[in-house]
Amino acid sequence: MSVVPLPVPWMEAAIVLALVGALTVSRFRDPLRAYRWGLAFTGIAFICTLLACLGFYLCRLEGVELEGGLQVRIWGELIFGIDELNAPLLAVVGLLHFLTALATGRTKMRRFSISWSLASEAIRLATFACTAPWVLIVLLTACTIPPYLELRNRNKPTQVYALHMGLFVVLLVGGWALVESQMVSPLLAAPLVAAILIRCGTAPAHCWVTDWFENASFGNALLFVMPLSGVYAAIRLVLPVAPDWMLQWIGIASLVTAVYASGMAVVQRACRRFFAYLFISHASLVLVGLELHTAISLTGALALWISVALALSGFGLTLRALEARFGRLTLTSYHGLYESSPALAVCFLITGLTCVGFPGTLGFVAAELVVDGAVAARPMVGVALVLVGALNGIAAVRAYFYLFTGSRHASTVSLEIGMRERLAVLTLAALLLGGGMIPQPGVASRYRAAIQILQEREARLPPTDADEAVVEHAGK
Amino acid sequence: MLDHTMTIAILGVGALGAPVLLLCVHGVSSLLERPLGETATGKACQAVNVTGLLASLGVLSLMLLDGTRHESIAIGEWVSIPHYHFSVKLIFDRLSVPMAILSFVLCGTVGAFATRYMHRERGYNRFFVLYALFVVGMVLTSLAGTIETLFAGWELVGLSSALLVAFFQERPAPARNGLRVWVVYRVSDAALLLAAVVLHHLSGEGDFDQLMGAGPWPDGEAAVSGLPALIVGLLLLVAAAGKSALVPFSGWLPRAMEGPTPSSAVFYGALSVHLGAYLLLRVSAILDTSPWLAAAVVVLGVATAFYAYLVGSVQTDIKSALSFASLVQVGLIVAEIGIGFRYLALIHLLGHACLRTLQFIRAPTLLHDYHQLENAIGHHLPRSGGPLGLAPGPLRTWLYRFALERGYLDSLLAEYVVLPFVRLFIWCDAMERRWTDLLTGRAPQPVKQPTAMMEDVA
Repeated sequence: MSVVPLPVPWMEAAIVLALVGALTVSRFRDPLRAYRWGLAFTGIAFICTLLACLGFYLCRLEGVELEGGLQVRIWGELIFGIDELNAPLLAVVGLLHFLTALATGRTKMRRFSISWSLASEAIRLATFACTAPWVLIVLLTACTIPPYLELRNRNKPTQVYALHMGLFVVLLVGGWALVESQMVSPLLAAPLVAAILIRCGTAPAHCWVTDWFENASFGNALLFVMPLSGVYAAIRLVLPVAPDWMLQWIGIASLVTAVYASGMAVVQRACRRFFAYLFISHASLVLVGLELHTAISLTGALALWISVALALSGFGLTLRALEARFGRLTLTSYHGLYESSPALAVCFLITGLTCVGFPGTLGFVAAELVVDGAVAARPMVGVALVLVGALNGIAAVRAYFYLFTGSRHASTVSLEIGMRERLAVLTLAALLLGGGMIPQPGVASRYRAAIQILQEREARLPPTDADEAVVEHAGK
Repeated sequence: MLDHTMTIAILGVGALGAPVLLLCVHGVSSLLERPLGETATGKACQAVNVTGLLASLGVLSLMLLDGTRHESIAIGEWVSIPHYHFSVKLIFDRLSVPMAILSFVLCGTVGAFATRYMHRERGYNRFFVLYALFVVGMVLTSLAGTIETLFAGWELVGLSSALLVAFFQERPAPARNGLRVWVVYRVSDAALLLAAVVLHHLSGEGDFDQLMGAGPWPDGEAAVSGLPALIVGLLLLVAAAGKSALVPFSGWLPRAMEGPTPSSAVFYGALSVHLGAYLLLRVSAILDTSPWLAAAVVVLGVATAFYAYLVGSVQTDIKSALSFASLVQVGLIVAEIGIGFRYLALIHLLGHACLRTLQFIRAPTLLHDYHQLENAIGHHLPRSGGPLGLAPGPLRTWLYRFALERGYLDSLLAEYVVLPFVRLFIWCDAMERRWTDLLTGRAPQPVKQPTAMMEDVA
C-alpha cells in the first residue's frame, strides 16, 4: 500500500502532542487542572489528525507526488505514514479520544486518568499510522500495558485480561517471526491469525472483552477496544500473507462469533456486558467482511469499521453518561430514565440504530455492502449476517426500552445531559446521520482502500481467479 | 419549458421532500431541545401533508392527461462504486400513486386529529417526531422504485410503530408490547432484506422496472423464475406477514393498541397494517411465476381472515375489536392478491384503510355515540350473542377458548421459538461466567434466573 508523508507532518505532530500532553498532565496534582490541560492536548491532537487526513486527500486530489520527509532522514525509511486505509481512521481515533475526554464528568475525573488516556492515544495513533510490521507489533504490545495497569490500580482481577493479552503478544511476535522466516508452510500464518482473533474477541477467546468491560472504567474500556486495533493488525499483518483457506477459517470463526455475541447481547442482564457483546458481534462482522476479500465485501467491512467505531463510541458514551448519573445499570427491570434525560435517550437510540445499520445512518450502506458482498461470495454467510443484524437490532432496542421506559425515575436533582456531554454525543450523532445522508465520499474512499489492500495481497500471494477478476475490474 | 417527465420528477421529489423536511425540522429541534410549539407543530404538519397531497395529485393528473401508466424517476445514485450501486428511484404507477395519496390523506387527517387529541400531552413533541418519521417511511415505501429504497422506508415505518406502541412509557406494559412489535418487525425486516439482496444478486438490479418487467403494474413479468422466484417469494411473504400481522405473527396487533389512538388509527387501522399487502402487490409479478407461491399467499390470507374473525368476536375493548376487524380485511386482501385480483385488492385496501381510520378515530367517543343512539331510539341497543354462540356445545367451548387465547399463537411462538433461544443463551452466559470465575480464582456464582425476561417472553 503506498504510504505518503505530508508536507506538514500533522500526523507526527498529533502523536508527539499526545505524548507531551501525557507527560505534562502527569505532573499536575489537581484533577480539574489536569483535565483542562489534558482536554486541550487531546483536542489539538485531534485537530492535527484531522488536518493530516484532509492533507492526504488534498494531495491525492491534486495528484501531488511526495517523496522523502523527516522520517526518512531519521530512520532511513517511512515507518509512520498515511494511506487510503488509515487516513480517516487516524481522525476517528483522535476524535474518539477527544470526545471521551470531553464527555468526562467532574465526578469521574479522578477515576479517568487523563495522562494515561493521552499516553494511550499516542500509542494508538502511532499504531494506526504504522506500516512497518515489527514496529506495529511493538506498538500493539505496548497498547496492552495501560489497561493492565488500570486494572491493577483499581484492584480488579487481572488474570483474564493478562492471560489473553499475554497469549496475544506471544502469538503475535512468534507468528510474525515465523512468517518472516524462510520456511515454506501454509500453516506459518496460523499463530498470527490466532493472535488477531484473540485481540478481536473472537469466540472462544472473547471472555477478556466482557471481563475488561466489567472491571475497567467505562471510558478507558471504550477507548481500548473501540478503534478496533485488532482489525487494523489483521489488514496490515494477516491479509497480505494468509492463504485463502486460512482466511475462510477466520471468516467462519468470526461469523460464529458474530451470531453468538448478538444472541448473547439479547439476553444480557447488565449494561456493560450487553455493550461488550454488542462490540464483539460488530468487530466480528467487520472481520467477516474482510475475510471474504472481495472488493465489495472489503469496502463494506472498511465502511462498517468506521461506522461501528463512531456509533458504538457514541452508544458507549451515552451509557457512560447514564452510569455517571445512576450508577451501574441492569437490564432486568425498567428504569424509566427518559423523562430525566431525554437527550441521552435520543442519542442512545440514534447510535444504537446506527450500529445495526438502520436506514438514514452511516451504518446502513456499510451493512448493505457487507451483506451484498457476502451473498455474492457465499449466500449462507449473507443469511447469517442478516440474522446478526436482526438480533443486534433487537438487543439495542430492548436495552433502550429497559433503560428509558417502563416506569418513571423520580429525582430531586436535574439529571439532564451536561453541555460537554451534549456536545460529544451530538457531534457523533451529526456524523452518523450526516454520513448516512451523504455516504458516497466515504464509501468511495473505502473502495479505494479495499482495492489497494487487494492489490497488495495479490502482489504477495499467488492470486486466485476471484482476486484477479476483482483487481482487473477495479482497474477499468 | 418543463417537459412531462421533468414536471413529474419535480412533483415526485416534492411529495417525498415535504415529509423529509418535516422530519428534519422536528428531529433537529428535538435534538437541540428546542421543540416546536403545539401551534407550529400543527401548522407544519398540515402544510407538509397538503403539499405532499397536492404534489401526488399533480402527478396523477399529469399521468391521466398524458395517458401514461408508468413513470420511473431516477433521483440519482446514492452510492456508486464498481460492482455496486444504490440508486434512489421513484416509481409512479397505478399502485404507487393511489398509495401515496392515501398516505397523505390519512396522515393529514390523523395529524389534524392528533394536534387536538394530544393537546398538552407530556410526549406531544415525541409523538410528532415519530409521526414525521412514519410519514417519511410510508411515502418512501409507496413511491420506492427499487427494493432497497422500499426497504429503507419499510424500516422507518417499523421503528416509528414500535416506539409509538411504547408511547405511554411510564408503564411497563407499553414498553413490553413495543419490544414485541419490534421483534416481529425485525424478523420481517430480515426477510425483506434477504429477499432484496437475493434479488439484487440474481438480476444484478434492485429496480422494480427490471425485476418486475418493463410493463406497467400489474402487467409486468418477473425477471426471476423457478426455484429462485419461489425462495424470494417466500421471503417476501414472511416480510409481508410480519408487517401485516398475518398468521402466525398476528399476536402483536392487539398489543400495538397500547399506543395513543391517533397512532393506532393510522398505523394499525389504516396504513402500516396494509404495507404487507402493498409489498405483495408491488411484487405481484413474482407471485405469478409460481402457483405454489400464489397458493401459499391465498392460504395465509384466508387463515388470517378466519383467525381474526374468531378472535375478534370475543374482544371486549373497542380498539382490540377494531384491530381484529382490520386483520380480517387484510387477510381477505392478501387472499385476493394470491388469487390474482390485483385491482380488486388495491381498491379493497384503499377503501378499508379509510373506513378503519374513521372507526379508530371515533373509538374514544364510542360510549358517547352509543348513548346518543340509545337516547334517540329510546331504549338499549340490541345485544347479539355473537357468532361463536351458534356453534354446538363442545365445539363452542373450544372455539371460545381458542378465541380468548388468541389462537395460542403468542404462547406457541414463546414456547417453541423464543424461550429455547433465551434459555440457550442464558446457559451460555452462565458457562462464560463460570469460566471467567475459574480464571480469576473466584468461587462460581449461582446462576440467577432472568425473571423479567421470562415474563416479557411469556
